[in-house]
Amino acid sequence: MFYRESGDFKTSYAADQQTFPIRFDRVVVTLVLIFAFAVVPFVINDYWEKSILLPFLVWSLAALGLNILTGYCGQVSLGTGGFMAVGAYACYKLTTGFPDLNIIFVVLLSGGITAMVGIIFGLPSLRIKGFYLAVATLASQFFLVWLFNKVPWFYNYSASGQITMPERTVFGIAVTGSEATPWATYLFGLIFVVAFAFIARNLTRGRLGRSWMAIRDMDIAAEIIGVPPLQAKLSAFAVSSFYIGLSGALFFGVYLGAAEPTEAFGIDKSFLVLFMIIIGGLGSIFGSFVGAAFMVLLPVLFKNIMVGGFGWPTDMVQHFIFMLVGGLIMFFLIVEPHGLAQLWRVAKEKLRLWPFPH
Amino acid sequence: MKLKTLTAASLAVSMALGAGAVSADLTFPSLSYRTGPYAPNGIPFADGYADYFTLLNERDGGIGGEKINFIECETGYNTEKGVECYESTKGEGALVYQPLSTGITYQLIPKATADDIPVHSMGYGRTSAANGKVFSHIFNYPGTYWDAASIIVKHILDEEGGDANGKTIALVYHNSAYGKEPIRTLEELSKKHGFNLTLLAVDHPGQEQKSQWLQIRRERPDYVLMWGWGVMNQVAIQEAANIRYPMDKFIGVWWSASENDVLPTGDGANGYKAINFHGVGSEFPIYDDLKKHVVDAGKAAGDGSNLGTVLYNRGMYAAMLAAEAARTAQEIHGASNITPAQMRDGMEALKIDQARMAELGLPNFGPDINVSCDSHGGPGQAAIMQWDAGAKTWSLITDYTGADREVVDALIMEDSSAYATENNITPRSCG
Repeated sequence: MFYRESGDFKTSYAADQQTFPIRFDRVVVTLVLIFAFAVVPFVINDYWEKSILLPFLVWSLAALGLNILTGYCGQVSLGTGGFMAVGAYACYKLTTGFPDLNIIFVVLLSGGITAMVGIIFGLPSLRIKGFYLAVATLASQFFLVWLFNKVPWFYNYSASGQITMPERTVFGIAVTGSEATPWATYLFGLIFVVAFAFIARNLTRGRLGRSWMAIRDMDIAAEIIGVPPLQAKLSAFAVSSFYIGLSGALFFGVYLGAAEPTEAFGIDKSFLVLFMIIIGGLGSIFGSFVGAAFMVLLPVLFKNIMVGGFGWPTDMVQHFIFMLVGGLIMFFLIVEPHGLAQLWRVAKEKLRLWPFPH
Repeated sequence: MKLKTLTAASLAVSMALGAGAVSADLTFPSLSYRTGPYAPNGIPFADGYADYFTLLNERDGGIGGEKINFIECETGYNTEKGVECYESTKGEGALVYQPLSTGITYQLIPKATADDIPVHSMGYGRTSAANGKVFSHIFNYPGTYWDAASIIVKHILDEEGGDANGKTIALVYHNSAYGKEPIRTLEELSKKHGFNLTLLAVDHPGQEQKSQWLQIRRERPDYVLMWGWGVMNQVAIQEAANIRYPMDKFIGVWWSASENDVLPTGDGANGYKAINFHGVGSEFPIYDDLKKHVVDAGKAAGDGSNLGTVLYNRGMYAAMLAAEAARTAQEIHGASNITPAQMRDGMEALKIDQARMAELGLPNFGPDINVSCDSHGGPGQAAIMQWDAGAKTWSLITDYTGADREVVDALIMEDSSAYATENNITPRSCG
């Protein structure tokens, strides 16, 4: 009744091609953004910032990146953790090497460097597909983490191999380091996520996104109708790695503030992001956010309910969370193999016909 | 139905998050790990830490008349969970953090300093935090990794009759910030004493060490040192036994020497050595009180099976040092309900001599503790202990000795001033 195209007339091409063609979507997205930008910064505290909102933003960005590669272009990657490490170390080297460079450019440049590394590791995708490609990207994961552990230049020859983010400011307001206020780091992350989610949404609707999807659906057919696989695959690797590099830079610089490669960017991070997009929905921007929320926020929620609410022993709760989250993953994959985004898609179809389905 | 569950869940969450109201008790959080690959070591430490505070509550009614509010939070040795634990407990007025993880300690160093909450990384974490002029809120008494490295080398020198020239020492280390800590000191010491150093990294979690031990088998270094944690310890000791490496030439840091690490290897582990900064066994009067007030009352943490083990003793020791620091803070500030900032002052002024240790039921348990404004590393003394597989006990085989201060202090100065410049810290002056 309220969610339908009828009555929502478009009178220009611009209106017809806008990002959200249905008025209800536009209204909801606008309201969410207003809430995120104008309300949350005033009520946020340390706990919400460090344990809930920043991890959610960082992992959403990583999931967006992997979704571009795997969901839209069909190239399976297990190198996400390694690419995040590239973003983080690029961010560290750039901030310590050029102390006067603004942190915004540092984060963007970190993404750019990761994009280049991504292109190099994307080269095998021109020859190999599917599981074999997954193995090749797995190699990049191990190689990159090994590299950052092995070469002392990357961690500025510090005694322990840990990298620590110094304080950096935007317009005089600290966004990294220990003095940064919760609202500042939150807004800093939020601006990146919103801007790049918007770009991703439009990229995937445009020529580039369509060429990715053509490659995903059937690469030989795509090649015959004139989609160059080299450009399509490598651009997907570049854009995806750019996003993952951004998230790595934010993960290290804004969220954690200190990191070491094996622990922070291990293989489990690659799987975590892959699970996010599988549960959220392959080939869906919305799905990336839902998947990230599912994988990052659910354990925190359960922990707070069981330890804080029920007062159970912490180790039992931890084991329980493993089982519960695992069970939920299986449940959702059985009832909806295409991810949580598909649930929303089906709901939308139903809403359009409601209340007269016949 | 769905809506109902949602409301119930959100209610529960808001209750859980809202429960962080400030209480009037002395709050000691425990960032423990009872799950994951490091749990075999995390559990006894967490039990010891919890039981000592339970004992104080049950026997003395807290510290200085204030009840202790003990909160445990599971980190799984994972930095992100560690951050979550820190943020969720600091609102309750946490007095001091003991993360028991070098990674989480690195994370908390700037954060806790900004929040004015002290961190006690007892014998782990960032070694150069011993320089209290730069690291105002970070304490690592009674000893650091660099002290440990130096004392172990001293022991080797003693064994070799004072000359290690031309000898080979291999370091098997956990490939992380923790394992890399001693490398710089060992490099300096190898220059000074003329021994060769071989570095063998083991990646997290450390179950796979075949290639490292193959290399040791081939090269036969005169001594093998180990900086390991969790399952890595058990695997390394098993591998050493497999290649019949002489166990008395195999020396672990204090985190590579619990019963859980040597028991699986059985008789093969006999003679394995490790450094330690406190007493071993349960032959201390405090155990009678623990039995009476905690274990028999059914209030022991975990399953209560870890009493008297090395790591249980260490957790208890950590809790004892924290409680004594709180007492010192209460005396300094003349208030029983202290704040984290006052707790910091107490830690900085902490002095424990043997008489006080005996009073606490821990006679000769460790060296005298003496913390000051410019030295947060305490006495920096430790002893070597050895495992007897037949009797299944550890015993100290040397006295508590100090490190090579000349080498260690120079390195601490160098690293801490590098940190100070990188982070724009002006070292404070110590009266």
